[in-house]
Amino acid sequence: MRHLLDIMDFSVVELQELIDCAMDIIAQPKKYAETCHGKKLATLFFEPSTRTRLSFEAAMYELGGNVLGFSDGSNSSAAKGESVSDTIEVVSCYADIIAMRHPKEGAPLVATRRTGVPIINAGDGGHCHPTQTLADLLTIHRELGRLDHLTIGLCGDLKFGRTVHSLIAAMSRYEGVRFVLISPEELRVPGYVINEIMEPAGVPYVEVRSLEEAMPELDVLYMTRIQRERFTNQEEYMRLKDSYVLTPEKMKTAKQEMRVLHPLPRVNEISVAVDDDPRAAYFRQALNGKYMRMALILKLLEVTV
Amino acid sequence: MIIGDIVNGIVIDHIKVGQGEEIYHALELDKLDAMVIVLHNATSAAMGHKDVIKFDKIIDLDLDKLSYIAPGVTVSVIKGGEVVVSEELELPERLVNVVQCRNPRCITSVEQELAHEFRLANREKRVYRCIYCESEA
Ligand SMILES: [Zn+2]
Repeated sequence: MRHLLDIMDFSVVELQELIDCAMDIIAQPKKYAETCHGKKLATLFFEPSTRTRLSFEAAMYELGGNVLGFSDGSNSSAAKGESVSDTIEVVSCYADIIAMRHPKEGAPLVATRRTGVPIINAGDGGHCHPTQTLADLLTIHRELGRLDHLTIGLCGDLKFGRTVHSLIAAMSRYEGVRFVLISPEELRVPGYVINEIMEPAGVPYVEVRSLEEAMPELDVLYMTRIQRERFTNQEEYMRLKDSYVLTPEKMKTAKQEMRVLHPLPRVNEISVAVDDDPRAAYFRQALNGKYMRMALILKLLEVTV
Repeated sequence: MIIGDIVNGIVIDHIKVGQGEEIYHALELDKLDAMVIVLHNATSAAMGHKDVIKFDKIIDLDLDKLSYIAPGVTVSVIKGGEVVVSEELELPERLVNVVQCRNPRCITSVEQELAHEFRLANREKRVYRCIYCESEA
């Protein structure tokens, strides 16, 4: 039995199998409509995340399965002081697979020790959110037709953004990938991402301050939000906040085949005027998340179609 | 310099000068019901100078803790005046309840019964990461 706690739990081959499965689901959804008939997915959201939970639930319904769970830890047994292990052990009696989101990092790992069903990490604090990375990978694959030989720009908060670190780890395994890390000084990629992920993988990267300068060479631009509270210096924030906002003006110098991704929700780091640009892939990316969650559920339940 | 030779006991050798005291306290040798010798600044052919700890009792040493704080030391078990086991300690792959995770968002911060467990992420740089949250030890 397998779990998905961290995107690196899956090999490149396994990720490709998931992408192939998702592509087949997209091509022939009817073939999959009853594949999880009689199976139950528990969505245990110890902290709310409506978007991610709905994506999981829609995925399970489209596979013909059922869904149970809770959407906010404050109403659940966890709020009464029950441990993660106990909650999981009980829920494992009712469900065939569990997707859990928890504010504490490592909670899904604890869950795997007390369950006989597959656990999917749907986000644990600032640590991992592997199904977001699955959505990112399918989006790059669908939009650009490949996952190798790409120049990937990551822009915004590269220090605290867990989706950024997971995407770097996942993409570092493909040939010919290089990263352009675009952030203010205060929000640079942490040293361990460089020392423990990119350098051992031999992946070239550059760190730059200006989005405009980086734009023309990018195949993918992964935007993230810069949160005001991350800045110790508010003057610095005021000075920089607009420089990391994507506008139609900045899009002018980008390649025609370049694609803009964003894990959503967006606040103001991408101007709504960019939404109509065919290169804006972030809403399609959200839909891709559902297809990859469907493929993941099938894989972990070992359903053969 | 000759030290009272150990007949049945343990010798921790090749300790960096100055670290003998730290090891003595970390292993709680002050609570040991035995003769303990902490030798400072002994001359060593290999190291120039070193610290050495000897005690005349065979106990179950916390080797993970010892190898974490002082990798490279040698632990020898002596029985009947003979060295029966001698091992140079390497950094352990896993540390269980040797160091505490300090990340307030880590699951170990709320679930008290969980062991604090770290894995060796980079041997050269001696980086350990929490198995739950990946914070550095
Ligand atoms: Zn931790």
